[in-house]
Order: sequence, then C-alpha cells, then structure tokens
Amino acid sequence: MASTSEPAAAARGGGLTRRRRRRLVLGGEYGVFVIAVGLAIALADWHALHINFLNWSVARDLFPDIITIGLRNTVAFTVSGFVLGLVGGLVIALMRLSSALPFRWFAMAYIEVFRGLPALLIFIFVGTGIPLAFPGFELPGGVYGQAAVSLGLVAAAYMAETIRAGIEAVPRGQTEAARSLGMSQFRAMRTIVIPQALRVVIPPLTNELVLLFKDSSLALFLGVLLSQRELTKFGRDAASQLGNTTPILVAGLCYLLITIPLGYLARRLEARQKRGRR
Amino acid sequence: MSAIEIRDLRKTFGELEVLRGIDLSIESGEVVCVIGPSGSGKSTLLRCVNLLEEPSGGTITVDGVELTDPDVDIDAARRRIGMVFQSFNLFPHLTVLGNVTVAQRKVLRRDRAEAERVARANLERVGLADKVEEYPEKLSGGQQQRVAIARALAMDPAVMLFDEPTSALDPELVGDVLGVMRGLADEGMTMVVVTHEMSFAREVADRVVFMDGGVVVEQGPPDRVIASPEHERTRTFLARVLDPAAARVGEVDV
Repeated sequence: MASTSEPAAAARGGGLTRRRRRRLVLGGEYGVFVIAVGLAIALADWHALHINFLNWSVARDLFPDIITIGLRNTVAFTVSGFVLGLVGGLVIALMRLSSALPFRWFAMAYIEVFRGLPALLIFIFVGTGIPLAFPGFELPGGVYGQAAVSLGLVAAAYMAETIRAGIEAVPRGQTEAARSLGMSQFRAMRTIVIPQALRVVIPPLTNELVLLFKDSSLALFLGVLLSQRELTKFGRDAASQLGNTTPILVAGLCYLLITIPLGYLARRLEARQKRGRR
Repeated sequence: MSAIEIRDLRKTFGELEVLRGIDLSIESGEVVCVIGPSGSGKSTLLRCVNLLEEPSGGTITVDGVELTDPDVDIDAARRRIGMVFQSFNLFPHLTVLGNVTVAQRKVLRRDRAEAERVARANLERVGLADKVEEYPEKLSGGQQQRVAIARALAMDPAVMLFDEPTSALDPELVGDVLGVMRGLADEGMTMVVVTHEMSFAREVADRVVFMDGGVVVEQGPPDRVIASPEHERTRTFLARVLDPAAARVGEVDV
C-alpha cells in the first residue's frame, strides 16, 4: 500500500486535475463567445438594421411574387439542372469505369475541368459562348434551357464521382451472379448494379441538390426577363428598387426554407442506410 | 458426348500458375465432387467452366459448345450453365420472386406469368414456396442459398456448378442445402460440386476428384478415393478434413 500511495499523491497534487482543466477551458470558451456577441450587439446600429433589413411593410409587399416568380424559378432551374446532371453524371461515371481507354480519359478530363472551374464561368460560357460558337443555335427553353445546361454541366462532374463510388461499392459477386445467369455486361449493369448503386448514393445526391439550389442564383448572369427571375435576382432587384435591403433577407429565408429540410432529409436517409446495412 | 469436356486447361494470375493442365470429362447426369486443400485451384477450375475466369490455355466444351472459342456467344452459353456461389450473391434489391424471375424475363424473354410460374415451381422444389415475397436479408443463409439454387434452376440449365455452396453457412443450416442438392442429383442433374462436405461426396457423388497444386492428383468412385486413396497427398488431406482435431501444431501444411 505504501508504495502505491506515493505516486497517487503526486498525481493528485501540484498540476491541474482533468476536471479542473475541463472547467477552465470551457469557461474560457464561453467567456470569449459572450464578449464577442455582447460587442456585436452593443456596436450595431439597431435602428438602421431594423429599417433596412427587417422592414415588415417592405417584406409584406414582396409576397406573393417572391414565391410565385422567384422561388418557382429557382426550383425550376435547380430541378432541371439536377435531372440533366444526374443523367450526365451516370454517363460520365460509366465512361470512367469503361474498359476503353479514350472513354476513361474523356471522363477524367471532364470531371477535373468542370469541378475545377467556378460555376459562374460555366454560366457565362453557356450564356455567351455557345451562341457565339454556334450562330443561330439556341438551347431549347431559352434561359431555362441555358440555366439547366449550365447547372447540369457542373452537377454532372460532381455526381459522376459519387455515382462511380456507388457502382464500385456494389460487390463483384453481384455482377458475377448476373453474368452467370446469361446477362450481358450491359444488362447486368443496368438491371442489377446501377439500381443498387443509386440507392447507396441517394444521400450524397441530396446534398448535391442543396448545392445546386444555391448555385442556381448564378442564373442572374444569363440576362433574364422579369418573369424569369429567380430568388436572388428577384431580391436584388426589389432591394435596389425600394432602396431597402429587406428583400435580400426574405430571399435568403426562402432558400433556407428549401435547403434546411433537404439537408435534414439527406441526414435521415444516410442514417437509415447505415442502420439498414448492418 | 460428355456434358463437360475440359482439355489441358491452364490458368495463370500474373506469375502464379493456378491450373496446370487439367483434363476432365463429365458425363451427362453425373455428379462430380471436387475436393482438395484451399489454393489447390478447384474454385478457379469451376469458375473457368462458365468463363467467370478466362482460361489462359486449353479448351472447355459444355453441352456441345466450345466456350473457349472467341466467336462463341458467351451469354447464350452461360444460360445453359447454372452456378451457385459460396456467398449466395442474391440480388438484395429484389424479392425472392424477383431474384428468380429477373433473368428469365430479361434474358430468356419469358412473359411475367410464365416466369413466375417457373419461379414458383422451382422455389417449391427447394422448399421455399412460402418466402416468395420476402427480401433476401430477411432469410437465413441456408434459405438464401436455396433461393440461389432455384434462381439457377429456373434457367433450365444443362449442368449445375456449385462453388463451396455450404462453406458460408452455420452448421445447422448445411443439411437443408445438401438435401436440395441430393434431390437434384436424384433427378439426374449433371453437377460439379466443389465442397468440403465429405459425407455428401461419399453418399451422393458418382466420382470424386482430388486436386492439389493446380493438377488432378487422383479421381474415382468415392468409395475408393475417400476410403482408400492411392496418393500420399490425398491421404494427408483426407486425414486433416475427416479428423481436424488430430492435427499437431507444426505438421506440414496441406
């Protein structure tokens, strides 16, 4: 006993115990946080903020147009871009996994280029580059077509990598079983592997949808008509017209109305999948 | 004409020579069990028979079609060869009925009613008629393997290949699967079974083939190969398998 009490005493005395150290660190963190918030509250011009950002009469006047025009177009751009991106991403993913070298090269180049460029550049390229390169050619749907293609080009690059990972996550035995039943490589891919792969990638694709919602704001660079404005453009126009920033805040809330539930859904799907896989 | 004719089959993975000249012919209606230590090439041999592994040399003829001919439609040839895997490989996104009908419909182009009729008949055959609507994850390993057998049978194969069909099963579930296989053998199905189940080999097989080091060491009726093997390697292997507890640490690995 005597031999063990000596180091035990040394451990308790002198320096900080774990409990004391944790209290000290937590106390410091809360302290910094409270001071920062306090400073922000004390220094902000609440009157100006209230008039410019939280002006209820301005906010009221935005409805229903901000929903029926702004949000509606945002959703239209995003969903059409997502569908194009999904189809394109699947094709690129299959090319990436192809045994033909040129296909793999093309897919890798595509993914690197379109993931590496700012989405804004793609919008400008589609909006001005394509009409210049192919005179007389017009994407079907006008601005809607241009936005869908721009978003789809970007989304396809990200989704291709996600879908490829999903396809590779399907065990090889699945393909072998399908082939042993006489299915061709293509048939096995289409009927057995891809349905399983898509199930795996639904949560990450939902996150991709959230990203697209935000990127759809870049459509304002396409030169849209009044009825084609999406949320950001709508909010910005209203803000400069009224000389008040409240519309920006309302537009932001409209985004969150969509993106927060979507993010929640993605997390739920992911959790359910983890439980299901065992 | 033999159901399966294998001539001088060779398979290498890089430097590794897994099959070093296998000659084997299997008659229609014959049940052949392939035994041997792990790494002896017996699974590779089986996987070569439906070209899941591409042979490096030699020829394989199944049901009169030479699979190793580059101009043969391998998808058509595989329809006549049923395969059952160690890890079942059921399609987890399809129900039991979906698993048994999908290839009938997409490959054989049977209509839904016909495919389901064949599926139900074959699920009946393996004793799982009541599991039609279940998903594979709800089934025990033994049930999954029997669904896999029904799935292969639904294609009306000329031969059935079994790659260690009971090795992934809990011991108490092995009997159900072996029972189904015994039933198939009694019906006259041509079967090649890679297995460690010596009692099955002894009672059901017409012929036992012992492989080691990528060659067929000896073959013959089970009474002879299992009860009184001619080669030392076969004796050592069988001693190990029949009485695993008797092995001593440090004994030469088979």
